[in-house]
Amino acid sequence: MDRYQMLLWLSMALFSLGLLGVVVRRNALIMLMCMELMLNGANLGLVNAMSVNRDAAGGVLVFLVFVVATAELAIAIPIVLLLVRRTRSLDLDTYSELKG
Amino acid sequence: MIVLREPMRVAMALITTMVSLGAIYGLLGVHFIAAFQVLIYVGAVMVFMVYVIMLLEVRERVAQHKYSAMLIPGALAATMLLGVLGISVWRGADGAMASALTTTTEFGIAEFSTAFLRDYWLPFELTTVLLVAAIVAALAVVKVHRKHHG
Repeated sequence: MDRYQMLLWLSMALFSLGLLGVVVRRNALIMLMCMELMLNGANLGLVNAMSVNRDAAGGVLVFLVFVVATAELAIAIPIVLLLVRRTRSLDLDTYSELKG
Repeated sequence: MIVLREPMRVAMALITTMVSLGAIYGLLGVHFIAAFQVLIYVGAVMVFMVYVIMLLEVRERVAQHKYSAMLIPGALAATMLLGVLGISVWRGADGAMASALTTTTEFGIAEFSTAFLRDYWLPFELTTVLLVAAIVAALAVVKVHRKHHG
């Protein structure tokens, strides 16, 4: 077992932990941060593949992930701010009036 | 991050994770991605997140549950995903990685930039479109709220 496989495992563990956090937690901000953790796990896998193959495609994908993470936060944070201003809570269950 | 209650502590844990990932990238030899990891994630995204946490200042009720109702299914699903991915990595990555390690050419930012702007210019340009769309969407969200409240 070489170190690249270890890093692949680490990226997999980060992704799974992020998914667990998104599913399990109730706080909207913590869920956003867990999404960032998932993106970081995917990034680690991409960088790993890039450094194994000496290929620029992994780096390009890493940059796209950076941009996607930034854009996601730029949209998600105002939405969370508006929701908090409306209900005075970060709990996702209090947003259930939004359905329908 | 899963068990901490305060959002600020979760943010600190995430920042630590990101800096450690930056260190791993540096050790892998892709220094520019390590620099961008620290600059963009820790320097921009997480600072933004910490500002928002300080700005909101919502006091959650003490008796409130930390986890949602999906705790047990979520934990089961994450464990299953971990198992499936772990088995596939264990089976698949053995031979391919070892054979690929023979090439040890330096892969610096010069090669990367050349390939990025010559072969992958279309994703680069689409990135700018995505960023502009994100900014416009964020402004639209805020504007709708202002109109709603007069």
